Amino acid sequence: MQTSITRRRRLELLIGAVLLVALALLPLPIHDVYTRNLIIITVLFAGLAQAWNILGGYCGQISLSHALYFGAGAYVSTLLLTRAGLPPTIGMFAGGALGGLMALLVGWPCFRLSGHYYAIATVVVGEIFFLLALNWDWIGGATGINIPYSRAIGDSWLWLQFRIDKLPYHYAALAFAAVAWLVAWLIEGSRWGFVWRAVKDDPIAARSLAVRVFPSKMAAAAISGALTGIGGAIYAQYVGYIDPDSVLHGQLSILIPLPAVLGGVGTLWGPLVGAGVLIPLSELTRSYLGGSGRGVDLMIYGGLIILVALARPQGLASLIGVRVRAPAGADDARAA
Amino acid sequence: MTTTIVLQVAVGGLLMGLIYALVAAGLSLIFGLMDVVNFAHGELLMLAMYATFIIWFVTGLDPLLLLLPVALALFALGVAIYHLLMARALSVRFNRGMVQIFVTFGLAILLRGAAQFTFGSDFQSIGTSWLANRTFDLGGVFIPVPQLAAGIVSLLAFGALFAIGRTEFGRALEATREDRDAVALIGIDRDRIFAFGWGLGAAAVGIAGVMLAIFYYVSPNVGANFALIAYVTVALGGFGSLLGALVAGILIGLVEALTALLIEPSLKQVGMFAIYLAVLMFRPRGLFGTM
Amino acid sequence: MPALLEVDRVSKSFGGVAANVDISFDVQQGEILGLIGPNGAGKTSLFNSISGEVVPDAGAVRLAGQRISGLPPEQCSLLGIARTFQVVRSFDSMTVLENVMVGAYSRLSRTRRAMALALETLEFAGLAARADTPAHSLTPAEKRRLEVARALATGPRLLLLDEMLTGLTPVEAQSGVQLIRDVRDRGITVMMVEHVMEVLLPLVDRAVVLDLGRVLTIGAPTDVVRNPDVIRAYLGDRYAAA
Repeated sequence: MQTSITRRRRLELLIGAVLLVALALLPLPIHDVYTRNLIIITVLFAGLAQAWNILGGYCGQISLSHALYFGAGAYVSTLLLTRAGLPPTIGMFAGGALGGLMALLVGWPCFRLSGHYYAIATVVVGEIFFLLALNWDWIGGATGINIPYSRAIGDSWLWLQFRIDKLPYHYAALAFAAVAWLVAWLIEGSRWGFVWRAVKDDPIAARSLAVRVFPSKMAAAAISGALTGIGGAIYAQYVGYIDPDSVLHGQLSILIPLPAVLGGVGTLWGPLVGAGVLIPLSELTRSYLGGSGRGVDLMIYGGLIILVALARPQGLASLIGVRVRAPAGADDARAA
Repeated sequence: MTTTIVLQVAVGGLLMGLIYALVAAGLSLIFGLMDVVNFAHGELLMLAMYATFIIWFVTGLDPLLLLLPVALALFALGVAIYHLLMARALSVRFNRGMVQIFVTFGLAILLRGAAQFTFGSDFQSIGTSWLANRTFDLGGVFIPVPQLAAGIVSLLAFGALFAIGRTEFGRALEATREDRDAVALIGIDRDRIFAFGWGLGAAAVGIAGVMLAIFYYVSPNVGANFALIAYVTVALGGFGSLLGALVAGILIGLVEALTALLIEPSLKQVGMFAIYLAVLMFRPRGLFGTM
Repeated sequence: MPALLEVDRVSKSFGGVAANVDISFDVQQGEILGLIGPNGAGKTSLFNSISGEVVPDAGAVRLAGQRISGLPPEQCSLLGIARTFQVVRSFDSMTVLENVMVGAYSRLSRTRRAMALALETLEFAGLAARADTPAHSLTPAEKRRLEVARALATGPRLLLLDEMLTGLTPVEAQSGVQLIRDVRDRGITVMMVEHVMEVLLPLVDRAVVLDLGRVLTIGAPTDVVRNPDVIRAYLGDRYAAA
């Protein structure tokens, strides 16, 4: 059965595949360490933004606590490595599991809060765990944990450690981002994707059609949290050092959704476009203008966010022809 | 652990709580009007503190004298922010809720960068002021005068806000809060009300900033911490409720101080967050929330 | 034959204003029942009590003997009640097909099946040609039709139509009447609120007349329209004697 829906989805899959190949080939001719690092971070954050998008964009729950799941993944994977000798390629799934679990724990009481109350509750939850982590010596407290490179093992995919040539991290990040994108694609075409959009458009009509949202919200939270946790684990291995400031900080909870919001929430390409534009821009302004600590990079970054949010609220992805949802009557803050 | 020490800490917490309450009042006002959580609220506080510091530094005027000028300056800033940014954010056709969140968030980063650019990232503090280094002895409990003054000023400011609430403008504000769309029909200019609300909210924060600058350090990032406490205070008290901001602020200040004393200083914020979450489970709209 | 729907002494007040007072009547399986009355008679409020948006203060609503009053709308829908709304509530960010799929998803979880059911329903409702049109760009008549199609996709036993024919041109209204007849021919019981008498009375098997929150009379449309109390309720005392 061919409908415009199935045709469109096949096209999306095709474009996604092409993009994947392009990104896989992208860093090969580039040998500059700085640029390669930039690409890896961009790809990783694209994946994180897409993971957030599942809960925040499609499902409409503006979670500002994703740093918690990111950090949970980073810490679990790292602790399993440093204390139990478990390879991170296995540990990352444990990290994802904890991320998903924490998302469920946060979601269960918080989902019945509406709009802004929910957003702030998530901020506070994230902050609580940040403070707790700072004081928890067993996980390193404020000092953090160093992930040593084992010379005995050498460069290894199993242990996700690469000393000089960091290119494999790019592929790890790319695989992560690809999975996040695929999950979003699957959800978009599934019953959840449809009913979530219905609830956002008109919660009363949705209820009259037997749409029950709570169980699917929990599922969305779990998937989003789990993916974010895995991303955190990959990040930990790449950077080689974690502490609450770098993986649990509240600022991260804003930076993760930002590409999705500016790129286009609830769309397949929004987080990718958003990350592709925002992250290089912020990194570049920071290196060229921020080094002196004079805050120029922050002014530009902040100004850019304001500009995009006001000038293109439906997201940057709409500039390249991505199908944008027509304005809905009931907006996010008033969803059921 | 004598009663005196506990009392001392409690009083300190109460006074600090009054400052939190004032900062929260501004936030609650803005939210109550426009359904916007101002994520740049902490930065407004920071700017007020810097304004106080700079004027003191340049003119030597005692910060207490700067209450009115800084409040007026912040009022003007609030109005400007409304007209330049938030009015546009309100009329956006897509994702209005998220656009508002992220516009104010972008503003916060912008202001922080601007402060860093203008003043550098070093911590500053006001060295001498009429109130500094004095303590008030209340039966063995020593209360630092700057904090006491801050508490008193905060209460006065609340009084002023309640009084404004009774004026015609105040009632127009309340009407707009209740039914944003209908007020146009009875001749209330929404734009003017919103601008006034933003100005008033910013002015409230301005007053808190001046008093804080007397005894607290000033830096580009100082706003962030107070902002979080302000959000929690507003959510706990109930969005849109002035009384809620006052009660919640005092409660939070007390809990913070007592947690630091009785449990562990570096976990002092966990106590207040826990209370906030606990209350929210039973009263999702906060203690006095109506929206 | 036991009634499909029993409305048993249902009462509901809002803020001191009585919207429904002691309403009782049955809806028989397979019939088209009209619910009429002047403005403010309590018709939509009654609908809301049946479909679960509102919980009655007193009395009960039973579907095939099972009590449904007090259940939330989602459950009422699963038990076989579907409705349209007085002011159309379409999912504006979605296409016509996607709208109906939401209804289909209430009983099917696989997208392929939901899509097939939705297409078939659109065919039945005469909207197949507009399947890929965004819902917000439909004409008012098409939007009404969309709401019906979407409700039908849930596979209901009872369909509540709230002023579905109001404000349509005569041609559109006749088209709508035919759709309602087709729905009944499929075995679905219909209860409809309507103002447009010329269209309603030839269509329904029976009519329940409400006035000021109470049942005024129940009967065949030809009898009801000649009832002096009914005429008085609509037009005032001047016309009652005629």
